[in-house]
Amino acid sequence: MPDPTGGGNAPGHRPDEVLDCLGQRCPLPVIALARRLPELPVGAVIRVLADDPAAAVDIPAWCRMRSQEFLGAAPGPAYDVRRTH
Amino acid sequence: MIPSPVYLDAATAAPLHPVARQALLAALDDGWTDPDRLYAPARRARQLLDAAREATAEALGVRPDELSFTPGGTSAAHTAVLGGLLGRQRTGPVLVHSAIEHSAVLHAAEQHVARAGTAVEVPVDRFGRLDLDGWSRAVAGPGVALAALIAASHEVGTVQPVEGAAAACADSGVPLYVDAAQAVGRMPVPAGWSVLSASARKWGGPPGVGLLVVRKGTRWESPWPADEHESGRTPGAVNLPAVVAAAASLRAVTADAAAQAARLSPLVDRIRARVAAEVPDVEVVGDPERRLPHLVTFSCLYVDGEALLHALDRRGFAVSSGSSCTSSTLRPSHVLEAMGVLSHGNVRVSLHAGNTEADVERFLAELPEIVADLREQAGVAGL
Repeated sequence: MPDPTGGGNAPGHRPDEVLDCLGQRCPLPVIALARRLPELPVGAVIRVLADDPAAAVDIPAWCRMRSQEFLGAAPGPAYDVRRTH
Repeated sequence: MIPSPVYLDAATAAPLHPVARQALLAALDDGWTDPDRLYAPARRARQLLDAAREATAEALGVRPDELSFTPGGTSAAHTAVLGGLLGRQRTGPVLVHSAIEHSAVLHAAEQHVARAGTAVEVPVDRFGRLDLDGWSRAVAGPGVALAALIAASHEVGTVQPVEGAAAACADSGVPLYVDAAQAVGRMPVPAGWSVLSASARKWGGPPGVGLLVVRKGTRWESPWPADEHESGRTPGAVNLPAVVAAAASLRAVTADAAAQAARLSPLVDRIRARVAAEVPDVEVVGDPERRLPHLVTFSCLYVDGEALLHALDRRGFAVSSGSSCTSSTLRPSHVLEAMGVLSHGNVRVSLHAGNTEADVERFLAELPEIVADLREQAGVAGL
């Protein structure tokens, strides 16, 4: 059952921003995330809505390569990322 | 000027070995009759088939009557999995397999599940190495008929702990099937398995020849309708000229395998190091040490895998990719997915005996600019 707060693996956390990448194929959702996250304040959470199956692999991998925090998948399909630096 | 093509996709198909070409041409003249007939030309064909079987069995260290030739590596893998499950169906319905098996094995597993069987997938780590503890627990579970483990990943090159996995299987009395398509002809296959498959075009034999080995004492039953060919393990007459060529090639590459590995492995090390150092935002994947001698995979951030393959092709480089952007399916490579590594912008380079140091140097010299150009065109440079 979807979390009413929409927090996915980040219980109770509302995203500060939602990035709609539905219908986009790899690597576009990751590019959109890489463009937008640095514009948000440190600590902010962005939710990437992405239905390309590759996003489930590539968004966590991008977070690891860029030392950003991957909070987990959220209903959508969507992925929550916190800017850490 | 169009550069001369550099073929870097031996993991899909190695170029036909010169010995295979000679053997193929000779066998087309001498081996087109049916080896099962009783006239003189058929006896000649029978001799060719027997000799090919003996040479191949010797290269693998198995008995000739344990070896069957199949119409290809995929069919050998399907037959290995389904036959292993069928032979032990009274024990139970469970197939244990790694998360990074070849799609041929996974498709056989899908069919097994669709027919009310069960498949248990064992994960791998970030390097693509089997979780041996998880494997041991899985094969010790109830109702396990067969376990399947790829000898070395065809996508990222990581060599699997086959001996440890085989020991766990032996403890639980479960036969182990090993898909050795990337290992045979390149490195010794570890012992302990009950069923093995391989594919001739990976070692410079012609396409359309697979190997299926079922060790003596293994409970295995052909999933195909009854057929008298190849010990009843695979239906239909073999493509004898191709089998003869495959056997000749295997003998040649096995004799040369250690020398080729010693030559190619440092070239792969060079690609691993230079790509990581000279292409920004790249992830080189797979185990850097316990790996195949000829294969390396990396992924370039923000680059469309299909665009990268086309750009490399225009510069004369033939490579493969596990990116979903390149395939008809939407999913990225299940191997990259299981490892949790970047799946887009993926390039697999796999070397063969004909590749030179100059080929690798040219690839390394041109790759950074190719990736940079694609990033610039996509407006993602410096992200």
